[in-house]
Amino acid sequence: MRRVALIAVPYAWLLTLFLIPFLIVFKISLSDMALAIPPYTPTLNDGLAALIAGLDFENFVFLTTDDLYYKAYLSSLQIALFSTLMTLLVGYPIAYGMARAPQEWRATLMMLVILPFWTSFLIRVYAWVGILSNEGVLNQFLLWLGLVSEPLTILNTTTAVYIGIVYTYLPFMILPIYAALDRMDDSLIEAAEDLGCSRLTAFWLVTIPLSRNGIIAGCFLVFIPALGEFVIPSLLGGSGTLMIGKVLFEEFFNNRDWPVASAVAVILLLILIVPIVLFQRNQQRQAEAEQ
Amino acid sequence: MTYRILGGTIAAALLASTAIAEEVRVYNWSDYIDESLLEKFESETGIDLIYDVFDSNEVLETKMLAGGSGYDVVVPSGTFLQRQISAGAFQKLDKSKLTNLDNMWDVINDRVSKYDPNNEYAINYMWGTTGLGVNVGKVREALGDDAPIGSLDLIFDPANMEKLASCGVHFLDAPVEIIPAALAYIGEDPDSQDPEVIAKVEPLLTAVAPYVQKFHSSEYINALANGDICVAFGWSGDILQARDRAAEADNGVEIEYNAPSEGALMWFDNMAIPVDAPNPEGAHKFLNFIMDAQNMAAASNYVYYANGNEASQEFLEEDVIGDPAIYPNADTLENLYTTSPYGPKVQRVVTRMWTKIKSGT
Repeated sequence: MRRVALIAVPYAWLLTLFLIPFLIVFKISLSDMALAIPPYTPTLNDGLAALIAGLDFENFVFLTTDDLYYKAYLSSLQIALFSTLMTLLVGYPIAYGMARAPQEWRATLMMLVILPFWTSFLIRVYAWVGILSNEGVLNQFLLWLGLVSEPLTILNTTTAVYIGIVYTYLPFMILPIYAALDRMDDSLIEAAEDLGCSRLTAFWLVTIPLSRNGIIAGCFLVFIPALGEFVIPSLLGGSGTLMIGKVLFEEFFNNRDWPVASAVAVILLLILIVPIVLFQRNQQRQAEAEQ
Repeated sequence: MTYRILGGTIAAALLASTAIAEEVRVYNWSDYIDESLLEKFESETGIDLIYDVFDSNEVLETKMLAGGSGYDVVVPSGTFLQRQISAGAFQKLDKSKLTNLDNMWDVINDRVSKYDPNNEYAINYMWGTTGLGVNVGKVREALGDDAPIGSLDLIFDPANMEKLASCGVHFLDAPVEIIPAALAYIGEDPDSQDPEVIAKVEPLLTAVAPYVQKFHSSEYINALANGDICVAFGWSGDILQARDRAAEADNGVEIEYNAPSEGALMWFDNMAIPVDAPNPEGAHKFLNFIMDAQNMAAASNYVYYANGNEASQEFLEEDVIGDPAIYPNADTLENLYTTSPYGPKVQRVVTRMWTKIKSGT
């Protein structure tokens, strides 16, 4: 009985915070838009029979008739993928450096990685507007150095979006990799070197494979939120940055078409389910391996 | 048992405070009021005023149509007001509570009644035009001394835009503002509801869009004032605020506003009370406070927008009432047009076209 109750907790959590909201969104995606509060029909007020009779997949069909949607999905996938790779390239050396640092420094270094979370996400992204703008800190500095003769246009381009995503999600990459490297036994490296490996080969053959789970966890933690990102592209991106988060916003706010917006969201979720399932499986395998 | 007594006291105190503090929640456009008026309202009425801001009609409309926004007073523009009234989002004003209603200007009431027949649901707050904000020095530097700063040629002629791109151009991120202007530019009816006519502006806008640094509806105030951009197609008062901020900062930036010679969109922002407002009583008090001649004048003097309050005009400063960019004279008034809301089908065509123009896909 106690076991059942214990298992019921996570399932109740999943049911109320994921499944029910998802079903509501899915239901709206099968409705039609209307000029009313809320702006779609049918609703539960019309009775259950009318509700079910009024549902159809028209909005999903609509998404296939316009190339905007698949282009936005593809471009979001591309942006999420590249920024995940860049975050890995920046994050790995930091995590490695932290794991190699003297024991008494590590707590401080960890603190420095977590520190930005104490400031609102929105403010941190907005700070980049001040850094990247034509009159911003970065351009002033480059002009002062004489590296450029006129300001670089970075703000309101896709480059700025990459910078924003890499900056924002960097701690999510560093922490799991650090955790993996921290657990690694240094004597393995010594053994590799004793057996004739150069330091680089030892790193490649021993350190990287042992931190593999950290890398995978970090990549998923960055990729999944980056795919649906809305705040960063709308603050730092320009008119040429096409991301599904912005398309969703436009369907919802500009067209007032909640049903189509919901259909876009349902498909986004379906795209995300693949990496989420892979992530779960990886976590499980890791847990089993440790037992 | 101390903690219980303490808990009881806290609960009692909480109950008492919720019973006493009356709140009015107002949702208005950003940079759209003299904030000392908010304190004045609180001290005059003893009501707590919670004041939030937005920068797009679309955001407001989505909150209204979702219902339960929690706001007592909101400020939609004309066409959005009309659509939200038909969706049943607002309650009729109780005019017996609005003793300052006689201060309103019948000319503006009349124009707003296009969207709100008989002015039953809303009072006009402010109105203005959509036009060209220009950093005179930088634009002359890019285009020469005869730069067409008062004409839509400035932003709709790709040759001009190409030269302006490096100093920065912002457009409002609002198809309902840009498309009518583009229609007026090519000599079509700016209020056209015909998708085929609307489609005619697509090549024009697609040709200039690559030179637009950003489509955004509020950033341009600061960007113009700081000299980050040299042209903004935006709202009259916002650009005049940028002009003033630049003058105050004394940074050598000189901003000018012009309603385009091809005709300019005239719009009206109106205060209305949501149907599910938690405190309609307080909302009426706020509306009445705003309609006070001196209060309304203080707001206009601060934000450089004309208002719909005739009695306030004697309290307006000369650089507001005397500026034809704010209070247009008879000639310019003739050159102003208004628009009607798009139906859902046309709206979809417009939004789709807008996305295509902005992102190139």
